[in-house]
Amino acid sequence: MTPAISFSSVRKTFGEITALNGVDFTAPAGSVTVLLGPNGAGKTTTVRLTTGAMIPDFGAIRVLGLDPLTDGDQVRARVGVVPPKPAFYDQISGWDNLQFAATIFGADESEARRAAEQFGIAHALSQDVGGYSTGMRTRLALARAVLHDPEVLMLDEPTAGLDPESARAVLDLITDMAGRGRTIVMCTHLLHEAEGIADQVVLLEAGEVRASGPPRALARRYMPDPIVIIDAEDRSMLRLISELDGVLAIREEGAYHITLDSADRIPDLVIELVKRGVRPTRVEPLEPTLEDLYFEMQRAHRETG
Amino acid sequence: MIKAVIRIDLFRLFKTKDYWIPLIILGGLFFVILPVILLGSLSLIQASPMIGQIGDIIGTLPDAVQQNIKGDNPATRASYAFAVYLLAPIAIVVPLTISSAVGANSIVGEREQGTGEYLAHSPLTVREIYVAKLLASLIPGYLAGIVGFAMYSLVVNIIVGSQVGGWFFPTAGWILLVLWVIPPFIAIALSLILRLSARVRSAASAHQASSLVTLPVILMSYGVASGLLYSPVISAAVSGLVAWIIAAILLVTGSKSIKRERLLGVSAEA
Repeated sequence: MTPAISFSSVRKTFGEITALNGVDFTAPAGSVTVLLGPNGAGKTTTVRLTTGAMIPDFGAIRVLGLDPLTDGDQVRARVGVVPPKPAFYDQISGWDNLQFAATIFGADESEARRAAEQFGIAHALSQDVGGYSTGMRTRLALARAVLHDPEVLMLDEPTAGLDPESARAVLDLITDMAGRGRTIVMCTHLLHEAEGIADQVVLLEAGEVRASGPPRALARRYMPDPIVIIDAEDRSMLRLISELDGVLAIREEGAYHITLDSADRIPDLVIELVKRGVRPTRVEPLEPTLEDLYFEMQRAHRETG
Repeated sequence: MIKAVIRIDLFRLFKTKDYWIPLIILGGLFFVILPVILLGSLSLIQASPMIGQIGDIIGTLPDAVQQNIKGDNPATRASYAFAVYLLAPIAIVVPLTISSAVGANSIVGEREQGTGEYLAHSPLTVREIYVAKLLASLIPGYLAGIVGFAMYSLVVNIIVGSQVGGWFFPTAGWILLVLWVIPPFIAIALSLILRLSARVRSAASAHQASSLVTLPVILMSYGVASGLLYSPVISAAVSGLVAWIIAAILLVTGSKSIKRERLLGVSAEA
């Protein structure tokens, strides 16, 4: 399948600062790709290069089979962007802002109205945007980004500073659009919000892709050894776990996080603990979260230099 | 799409009272208050050394111009000369100042407000954005010029008209000036100001830098406007045409000088 977005050896500098340094990644059509990385990793630059709002110094970018450098207007007409701090013309109403967006993206008023209703902002459209809360602004930004039903939606830190309800609206949008076969790229440094929605994770750091792939594949690569969480009535007795076969590492985080050489060891481990008088209160195989994965990937890259 | 950008820019301007109220005061001062004071004073002071001095100034004007000055006494002739020739260039100063103020803020303002990011990600071409910003800056200034011109006409006809045998204003030279000569001068100034607006880092810098452009253009257009009013209509028409050609060249090259990245607030030079 042709990827919706592909970056090949893309480099972008701003004077002395290298924002992206030979970035390669693809976002398959109809997938949710999460760009993970700390502030300054190059996520926003990636979004800007994708729409052709910015020009790379080197490398090739394709979006929906088009080159944003030469066919930028066509690319931008088919892409929706929610920037990190959505800005509007504050002196005028939400509806005037949406109507403006609809006109330049070739959508009609009914689509603008529908988008506003979808994000629960229709009731406030007659107010000037200057009086909107952060949550209302984000909802309006979401409506503005999707009113032309874009094939690719790029969300750059979309939940920053949002109340839980508005953050949920963002995640619901992603699920909804992905379900309709749209390609989503979400930039975030908040790992928990990418959890469960990412088909693919791209870890960006200092302008370079450190790792990319589906979360499960990355977990297998970076966290190959199974971890089980164990707790007991008398937690001090769990120290004896280190003496048992197959135990590779122990980390105490309240309960004990035990790294084993095989998941098959878990029943034997429990039996052995019981035999030695331990009364387990919790035995839970750990499914690595994106956060676990993120820090593990970072640790691995630091170690390999 | 250009219309949409112009419409929203004008609408925003209309809703920003802090911005347009001073501009209205400026227009009112130049088109109404100043003429009323000057022409009213001349009407009241029928015999004074000042009238004699103005008469001396009128005597230095070309014969053809002197023949066109109406009035059967020195005070009336002085009022007529003031109304038609000496106050004329304000028709250039006011629209240029207003358009410059709006234009200086146009692109850098989008960037400061963050809305430039949205425009940069939109299907609008840079040329469309440039043309829309130029027209959205030109329209308020030119509209103010036309309205001011109408009010000025009313003022001078009321004050001086009764002394020269009826309404005499606007003259052919003035009509040509307002409809044919002023618009390209505003466009020339704006094409330069928009380039600055796209390059500077803040609206404050844009306003400072635009004054460097506006002042010479005002002085040049002031001179041209004054000269044209003393010249045959055909000269004014040709001068207007030349100004239009220069404006067209600057507009075409101006749209190419703006990069989409500048809307984001970053550039290769940043």
